[in-house]
Amino acid sequence: MHKYIIKRLLFLIPTILGVAFIIFFVLNLTPGNPGRAILGTSAPQADVDQLNEELGYNLPLLQKYVNYIRKVAVEQDFGTSYFTKQGVFDEVWPRFMITMRLACVGIVLSTLIGVPLGILAAVKQYSPLDTIPSLISFLLAAIPAFVLGMVLLFLFSLKLNLLPSYGLNSWQSYIMPALTISIPTAAINLRFTKSSMLESIRQDFVRTARAKGASERVVIWKHALKNALLPVVTNIGLNLGGLIAGSVVAEQLFSVPGVGSLIVDRIKYKDEPVIIAGTVLIAVCFTIIMLLVDLIYAYIDPRIRAKYASTKG
Amino acid sequence: MKDTILEIKDLSVIYKTDLETVEAVNGISLTIGKGKTYGLVGETGAGKTTTALSILRLLPAATGRVLGGSIQFDGEDVLSLSESDMCALRGRRIAMVFQDPMTSLNPVMTVGDQIAEALLVHDRKMGKEEVERRVEETLSMVGILPSRKIEYPHQFSGGMKQRVVIAMALACEPELLIADEPTTALDVTIQAQVLMMIKELRNRLGTSMLMITHDLGIVAKICDDVGVMYAGEIVESGSVEDIFSPGRHHPYTEGLFGSIPDLKSRARRLTPIAGLMPDPTALPQGCVFAPRCKKCQERCKTVRPKAVTEGTHRIACHLYGGQAAGSAQGISGGQDAFRRKEEQ
Repeated sequence: MHKYIIKRLLFLIPTILGVAFIIFFVLNLTPGNPGRAILGTSAPQADVDQLNEELGYNLPLLQKYVNYIRKVAVEQDFGTSYFTKQGVFDEVWPRFMITMRLACVGIVLSTLIGVPLGILAAVKQYSPLDTIPSLISFLLAAIPAFVLGMVLLFLFSLKLNLLPSYGLNSWQSYIMPALTISIPTAAINLRFTKSSMLESIRQDFVRTARAKGASERVVIWKHALKNALLPVVTNIGLNLGGLIAGSVVAEQLFSVPGVGSLIVDRIKYKDEPVIIAGTVLIAVCFTIIMLLVDLIYAYIDPRIRAKYASTKG
Repeated sequence: MKDTILEIKDLSVIYKTDLETVEAVNGISLTIGKGKTYGLVGETGAGKTTTALSILRLLPAATGRVLGGSIQFDGEDVLSLSESDMCALRGRRIAMVFQDPMTSLNPVMTVGDQIAEALLVHDRKMGKEEVERRVEETLSMVGILPSRKIEYPHQFSGGMKQRVVIAMALACEPELLIADEPTTALDVTIQAQVLMMIKELRNRLGTSMLMITHDLGIVAKICDDVGVMYAGEIVESGSVEDIFSPGRHHPYTEGLFGSIPDLKSRARRLTPIAGLMPDPTALPQGCVFAPRCKKCQERCKTVRPKAVTEGTHRIACHLYGGQAAGSAQGISGGQDAFRRKEEQ
């Protein structure tokens, strides 16, 4: 088991290398340069060229990539922003934490709303407790996050004046951004949990448990649920990707200073160090979450635990 | 009355969906004596499992309905018990072994926990050590090392899993054990082992048993009474001697015996029953077996046959209805051959 965890953590290294390379490569393909973006359209070409040279932007792609990796690995230096001339880490880290906080609230909310309702819908199939949440979830899953966010803004800030419309200064300001990203996810969670639970309830071992004389409560919560949770746990882990993407929208809408809006802002200036650091942080975080999901999986399912234990090295 | 553990009278069960109504069990009656084993035989889809699930009231809640009849267990009407009384009955007094051991164990619980659950459900106050002791006892009773109680179902082979399922069913020493094709999913050598074990445990614990099977060999080995089921009806029933000795039989029973391979016989081919079971959503008006019956007469197609009883032997067929016993001549020697084989 420990071997497996170490192996998965070591796998982070190629992940980071790969993500950084892809971002360098894609940025290299796009037109424009940081010098022109910073100095403006009216600046003379000579100044622009000089600035690009100073920033190290003109180096060949591979050399830039190798330099960057060496600097990060050897000096733990993530470079300096082309645009603000500040250390990248100091700039990205606090904003990354804000995004993570938002995404975590989103995960917790979407799980707390979606999973219990999904279980209920499966247990009370065809009753109003099933049909009404299922129908609503169908609608909500189809609404894009930005539409939902604007509706919330309109209702709670503009009309009712209950919640702040921008920033993250108090716990109230988390409510709307978190809802914006978690409601569509909760809707998907509900449908996913419901179908997984329905499948589990029809399994033979559930009938065996009933034949033993176990009460309906024990049959559902002990036997059916634990087996139904396996795919749900995976789904919750995968949700995180969607939530981070969704938080870019929410950050823009509610003027939240997260890493998503930071990356979007700096793409305009081709601020390579900041964009790469932000993206790599998100990728690392995602990989670690997926590892956690696998560990939870192994905790729930002994068959998977046995598989991990038998994997060598 | 006191010698009877289970008495089913005129039981009818349907599965109803929006699209169709499946008539799974149509007015069957059977009686199991205390300490006796009743074999319910018939091909797939005859309604054997439905009958078993009705006894435990485990029919699929969304579709299964008991239309009529009564099920008396030890003098109590099972069908009118409350759900909580039913829970107290299930596992404790009537236990069931299911057909497929691969799927009937919970994959995320150790086998020890699953057996312990069967005990704890019916006796919450049982101490931890007592539970562990009983679990180990039950496991060794079915021939599994007690130390394997901490293992999960995926670590057991098919035959071993079925032993675990049987251990679970016998943990509370039930008065009636329903075994729903307990050996069908196992290969032949394991079948014999598991069967011998069931037989031995039944004798030791004095459990009554409802043995559901489509294997006449199993019936001959361990049953006292037999019911032959076809399309939701018991077409012939009686003691094992009644069914296995030559004489008057329902044409379907004859067909079943004709489908068994016999090494002694020179016949190169088996004689299967031609045709398929009738569509349970549209059963024939007359005798349910009429469309496949070689001896089908005009009235078989329109009138449902009444059962004729002779001692313990009961046949529902027009061939014998109200006629002299002589009409049963010329019945195939299938039973004869089978009997000879069994005796060897």
